[in-house]
Amino acid sequence: MTIMEPRKHGDASDGTVGGRQTRFEGNLKVTGGATYALEYPLEDLAYAILVQSTIPAGRVISVDAEKALAAPGVLMVLTPDDDMGLLVASDWGGNRPDNQPYYPLPRQVQYNGQSIAAVVAESREQAVEAARLICITYEKAPHVASFNDTAAGEGKVMDNLTAGWGDAEAALAAAPVQIEGEYSTPREYHVAMEPHGLTVKWDGDQITVWEPSQWSHGMARSYSEWFGIPYENVRLISPFIGGGFGSKGAALAHGAVAAFASRKLGRPVKLALTRPQNFTNYGGRAATRQRIKIGATEDGILQAIVHRGASETSTYADWPEQTGAATPILYRIENFSSQHRVVPVNAVTPGALRGPGKNPSAFGIESAMEELAYKLGMDPLELRLKNYADHDYQSGKPWSTRRLREALTEGAEAFGWSRRSHEPRSMRDGKTLIGWGIGCGTFPVLQAPSEAMIRILRNGRVEVVSGAIDMGQGTYTILAQTVAEVFGIPADQVEVHLGDSRLPGSAIAGGSMLAGSILGAVHKAATAARDELIGLALNDEKSPLRDTGANTLTFSGGRVAAPRDQGPSLTLSELMAALGRDEIEILRNTLPEGATAQEQHQAWTSMVKVQGPTMGEYSMHSWCAHFAEVRVDEDFGTVRVSRIVSAFDCGRLYNPRLVESQWRGGIIMGIGQALLEEGLVDQRNGRTVNSNMGDYLVPTNADVPHIEVISVGIPDYGASALGGKGVGEVGIVGVAPAIANAVFHATGKRVRDLPITLEKLI
Amino acid sequence: MRDFSYLRASSAGEARQAALQAGSTLLAGGTTLLDLAKCGVMEPETVIDITHLSGLGGITLDAGGATIGALAKMGAVADHAGIRAAFPAVSESLSLAASAQLRNMATIGGNLLQRTRCSYFREPDVFPACHKRNPGSGCSALGGVTRNHAVLGTSDACIATYPGDLAVALAAFDAVVDLGGRTVSVDDFFLTPGNTPERETALQRGEMITAITIPASAAAKNSTYLKVRDRQSYEFAAASAAVGLEFEADGKTVRDIRVVLGGVATKPWRARNVEQALVGKVLSAETVEAASRLAMEGAVSHGANHYKIELAPRVVARAILKVGGLV
Repeated sequence: MTIMEPRKHGDASDGTVGGRQTRFEGNLKVTGGATYALEYPLEDLAYAILVQSTIPAGRVISVDAEKALAAPGVLMVLTPDDDMGLLVASDWGGNRPDNQPYYPLPRQVQYNGQSIAAVVAESREQAVEAARLICITYEKAPHVASFNDTAAGEGKVMDNLTAGWGDAEAALAAAPVQIEGEYSTPREYHVAMEPHGLTVKWDGDQITVWEPSQWSHGMARSYSEWFGIPYENVRLISPFIGGGFGSKGAALAHGAVAAFASRKLGRPVKLALTRPQNFTNYGGRAATRQRIKIGATEDGILQAIVHRGASETSTYADWPEQTGAATPILYRIENFSSQHRVVPVNAVTPGALRGPGKNPSAFGIESAMEELAYKLGMDPLELRLKNYADHDYQSGKPWSTRRLREALTEGAEAFGWSRRSHEPRSMRDGKTLIGWGIGCGTFPVLQAPSEAMIRILRNGRVEVVSGAIDMGQGTYTILAQTVAEVFGIPADQVEVHLGDSRLPGSAIAGGSMLAGSILGAVHKAATAARDELIGLALNDEKSPLRDTGANTLTFSGGRVAAPRDQGPSLTLSELMAALGRDEIEILRNTLPEGATAQEQHQAWTSMVKVQGPTMGEYSMHSWCAHFAEVRVDEDFGTVRVSRIVSAFDCGRLYNPRLVESQWRGGIIMGIGQALLEEGLVDQRNGRTVNSNMGDYLVPTNADVPHIEVISVGIPDYGASALGGKGVGEVGIVGVAPAIANAVFHATGKRVRDLPITLEKLI
Repeated sequence: MRDFSYLRASSAGEARQAALQAGSTLLAGGTTLLDLAKCGVMEPETVIDITHLSGLGGITLDAGGATIGALAKMGAVADHAGIRAAFPAVSESLSLAASAQLRNMATIGGNLLQRTRCSYFREPDVFPACHKRNPGSGCSALGGVTRNHAVLGTSDACIATYPGDLAVALAAFDAVVDLGGRTVSVDDFFLTPGNTPERETALQRGEMITAITIPASAAAKNSTYLKVRDRQSYEFAAASAAVGLEFEADGKTVRDIRVVLGGVATKPWRARNVEQALVGKVLSAETVEAASRLAMEGAVSHGANHYKIELAPRVVARAILKVGGLV
């Protein structure tokens, strides 16, 4: 448990929800005071390193570790021959096969770069060197390097992702204007600054895991199930994360390997993935392709959308990157048909990466919409407004709130869209072609039950305690702001404790669901604690407020008083002292009344209680519209994004400064996706050959232009207790098509496959 | 990383003596050595630290040209006002290379010796075949992912691109590498792979770069380094060009021109045919574009790097037009 020293700075540190408080932990991070998982200085640490397969498919026949075991400092070598005695843990849905053995170092090779063995030594350098001495003999099998491989086939249809209404094919055929295009996105990776890894230590059958986590409770459950120990015996600690972007929500094989090695050696073990291993030990965003056909009237009214998509998955699990996720809900559409396939290839199972599904889906539909606009000779903004969806045509439900129209119009105004010249290649500055494009984005509102504890201390400070995670998005800060508002105290009077599976349960920091979910619990607990204090202050015979005759109390300006100045006012510490109380502790959760301990455990450690966007009477989503300007060198094909204006409807913003930072972060990742990022796979052996930060390019500061972000949202109390909708992922959704559309406007060349590298434009 | 012994050389002579030993490597900025040691590509038994040797880090300029000590940092040379004035292309090539952090560590001598970014060279455990690493073992790049590979100066044994920027600018101005006992022109210092891709430079065992001398010239003074790449910063060149130009007194006829390409060849690629095509000509967009295409004489692509054959002449042309005042 890490105690955040509270701090008050910034330009509006009034401690209320909606204030622009700067990050509580910011100072610790920039001064190096924040301790990350791989930095815990434990005594007697041993160091583990993974050895990976160099073939894409087959079987490990034997592992010759003799030389490695004889190398200096080597303590242990683990191979597929070692039965670690582990059991498969539950998936996110809480499903678990009975007594199925788990092999984190499997004999079956399913992809190039799969972990086959591990070496543990006295130093990391010794482990790395010994790992190179291990000789693995394989029986090779044929492989499928990518879904473009002819051997990959068509893949399998995901029935749960098939959607349709009306008669899309007939309406398409009858439509006077039609466009059709195939859009594709490559394998993309999280590239978090902090690599995956952990430090792990056993005390008897109690295990402590220091590991970057987007979900301390969910990952703790995996460790308990792998090792067959009670959940309470696991403590997973993760106060700070150097970037997750969806990759740090689940415990992974390397965690099991390190924990097993630690138990067997009776020593704490540290295991850090190398940068290349961060490309193959867990999945990035799957490569996708999708064919979209749109039919419209001559004045631009959509008649039909037909969508057929596919994404790569592994040979051992189905992970769909849903290319049809945004397609049905962005526009008014009476005839719709969508289907998505997964195509197994010899690669690690893909995973969630910022805006999963919605992101590649938006690249397809938002590129296609601009293709239609140019075919119609219509302003792409006008086409979008003309087809504005008055309700959710997929679920048939009304929107809870949808301010996408405002996002489009206010974004256009701020961008200066009206000064656009319609024709491609019509705007230039010398040899530089200039283009403008729009891309809309959306992300669903997810909600999960959460729990929080509030402690009012005798010194007048208030603690808020939760197992929730702060990976830079601002959990520490907004929890403090929420509690400060309830008690009418400055935020610097609040202490926040996060990032520990022993603390009260929380939604995952993923699916953009944490803030809305956890603040509901924090607000509920804080309000209950305040009510408890009011009850004591009005009734306790030692209370100076007892005789005021008031039936409630006000909390404002750091003081507790009866309404209308009836009697004295006290600070929290004065009141606690008068009451003779050391602390008041209240735990609350947002599960239905009477939830059993089992239900609570299930709620904190699985996704079964997560509510989707249309499970209630409304359809609930965040929305955005991006306006991008690009400058393209007409000889070289180099694209630079020179300006972005993005307008968002994410409901109420708990802290606009932190929200804007998340939006900008998403937009910057979108620039990388549009122009730079691509896992390059050698078709001969399925190896990702650019698995390092020198060759897998993400934007540098020089690639990031001025980004203006605008909030057009209004509080949405259907979406969350305090009125906010998710902010973390929607920012990336729609950026890539906005840039691709701007590139078309600049050059007249439509690039349908990301990234838009220079050779596609010369 | 394999354990190695560490020797702190007390003089250049001692460093050279120690470097005669097989398995020994000089350590200056370390930005290539540490990187490749971590990849398992370089496995020195002895590392000879020369970073502290005095007298090797200076930058001196006079009317005849500049002498840059081998231990001068990239960043210091890039920011040197005299270098910027007399050799703008040299200064620009450094400013556009690597990142600020690397430029503050890496030395000029080490910069010349940086190794290729060929992915297959860098991953020995997965791609054992690499003639450069292990002569006779084959070339994994042929038939692989080749977007960044060379189109000029390649052989059946190796298509790895020389990745540097500085050497491209130096080759334009007939700079000379001082190896202590002898000197070699930058153009001769770098070797094409032929059948011996493991031999990348003229440097012999026991030799050490002590300085680089660049003769002053009107073409060097009117020069530029143009680097084209997808990312604005911190990326190797898709194609680059160092160009210097001197006009006749009429201000439009070419008296002297230097053209060297980077990012497209196995060594800094002096395009003398382009130079010859333009000397004595009146500079115009048409003459420049026609001449620039000559730079690709003999170019061979290997799949995904084909775009370089189209891109590189455009980069050359733009750079010439820029120093010629035509764009």
